[in-house]
Amino acid sequence: MNAPDRSPPVAAKNNKPRVDHLLIAEMVEPGARVLDVGCGDGELLQLLSERRGVDGRGVELQRDKVNACVARGLSVIQGDADRDLDNYPDQAFDYAILSLTIQATRQPKTVLENLLRIGRRAIVSFPNFGHWRVRTALLFGGRMPLTANLPDIWYLTPNAHLCTIRDFADLCEHVDAKVERAVAFNDYERRLPIRWSLSMQNLFGEKAVFLLHGSKHT
Amino acid sequence: MSTASPDVIDTVARRQSEIHAPSSPVVHFDASAPLRLACQQDLAPFSIAYETYGTLNPAKSNAILLCHALTADQYVASRHPITGKPGWWDNMVGPGKPIDTSRFFVICSNVLGGCMGSTGPASINPKTGAPYGLDFPVITLGDMVEAQARLMDHLGIDQLFAVIGGSMGGMQVLEWASRFKDRVFAAVPIATAAWHSSQNIAFHEVGRQAVMADPEWAGGNYYAAGKVPRNGLAVARMAAHITYLSEEALHRKFGRSLQDRSSLTFSFSADFQVESYLRHQGSTFVDRFDANSYLYITRALDYFDLREGRDGVLANAFRGTKTRFCVVSFTSDWLYPTRESRRIVQALNAVAANVSFVEIESDKGHDAFLLDEPTFHATVRGFLNAAALKRGLNGSAESRP
Repeated sequence: MNAPDRSPPVAAKNNKPRVDHLLIAEMVEPGARVLDVGCGDGELLQLLSERRGVDGRGVELQRDKVNACVARGLSVIQGDADRDLDNYPDQAFDYAILSLTIQATRQPKTVLENLLRIGRRAIVSFPNFGHWRVRTALLFGGRMPLTANLPDIWYLTPNAHLCTIRDFADLCEHVDAKVERAVAFNDYERRLPIRWSLSMQNLFGEKAVFLLHGSKHT
Repeated sequence: MSTASPDVIDTVARRQSEIHAPSSPVVHFDASAPLRLACQQDLAPFSIAYETYGTLNPAKSNAILLCHALTADQYVASRHPITGKPGWWDNMVGPGKPIDTSRFFVICSNVLGGCMGSTGPASINPKTGAPYGLDFPVITLGDMVEAQARLMDHLGIDQLFAVIGGSMGGMQVLEWASRFKDRVFAAVPIATAAWHSSQNIAFHEVGRQAVMADPEWAGGNYYAAGKVPRNGLAVARMAAHITYLSEEALHRKFGRSLQDRSSLTFSFSADFQVESYLRHQGSTFVDRFDANSYLYITRALDYFDLREGRDGVLANAFRGTKTRFCVVSFTSDWLYPTRESRRIVQALNAVAANVSFVEIESDKGHDAFLLDEPTFHATVRGFLNAAALKRGLNGSAESRP
């Protein structure tokens, strides 16, 4: 897989879909039933609906974002990944997506287990705390890192459970989730070559997207 | 009616005529098609009065049923025949409004028991030739919805594009969605609950006791004497009205301001604006609402519990639903607070239903659903637009083949 990377450079991405969203759209089968947990303003749901014709639902914590989603015709509920996933039946969706949200949950393990239970597959993306900029900021600056993916100062950030790509891979193993695909993006929003080792991905990946399924539902 | 002013007599006469011959269209179901009620009695004949707005498209796929709340009626977007006031949801329903009557055919019927042209305790009992009074059977929200379904049959509408309602109207929406799963494409239950709480029942009992304690009520037979239990019904309305507002809304509107006076009078007259306001609410309500109707409809609300007959599990009410739901609550509503809506959402999630849920930030209390709340209106408009697209309803009814 040495095909040239055609992802747009950071500077030219105004109004264009986010690269991780495009990757998720690539992972999702057309017409699938999708639950997007932490769907924000509905950007990903809209993309998946337009490009993949999915039957999409969203959960979002912030009230004004929920209102905006519903007003633009998306099926979104005001709710909380930690509290509101328990109600969904097993395998209710083809994909349960958690896009750049797991680090802001109170119980990431429980949330991940719920995703694997609700969806036949789970897609999880997260900012990688193992990225070299994060490491150097901490090592040389001696302060909590501020990056494009982690823009908030420590006392204002909603991120309670940051992890590295290695950490997340460990969690997947711990909850018996099978990793079907894992892709990391560098800080120019380009996909890292998949032949790179996990250590290299962990060093140069700024965020990562994992496609998983639970062992109980194969 | 010894000292009643001509105005009052006029209102009473208008009320009487609206009971038996409403200003709106009305459909009569004769004795050959009785309505089997939850109490196992058959009701026949019965009438359902309704208003419509907009045009039904040839495919009959653009109909929206609006379900009214406890003290409203079918005049959702037209002038009220007794009070002369604009419709109770005038800001929501009309051409170009969130529930757009240039696209949708909107129906609103007076509930069974409502006595604004639909059969209720003030209607004539065919067995006696006199008003039913307390001989009218105790009805449920399910009965109201069954009667509405008869009206839809009569209008030739198989599937409603949407059923929408707030408060008691929202409960009817939930009844519709659980009883007639194939007949409801989209459902919008607003500021509502899936069952009446102990506190809800308690407030209603205060209202009913106030009505029944009024000697003019006469055991429910006040019609014969040409009387109305004005005081009792007014107190019931005053107590209920407090539950429709938030403390904050009351404070903002009235504070401790005095009514037309500069100092306290050291009497029990309406010193405070809030007292005067409540008294006004009470007395105007009496002019347009039948006291027995108030007893029957509050009873129907108290009996409402969507879990009943479903192993006590709310989700069972929605199992197999294909309806698209949009549940709406308001932050300051303490009559049917957000947690009640959340219960509905959780039940819908449990059956993997298509549901949106929006909590609207408002300090206006339960009544917020009737008021100008731009975010709320945008939500309803957006949800209906998206649902219409899914239903294949594009553009206005007129432009469709």
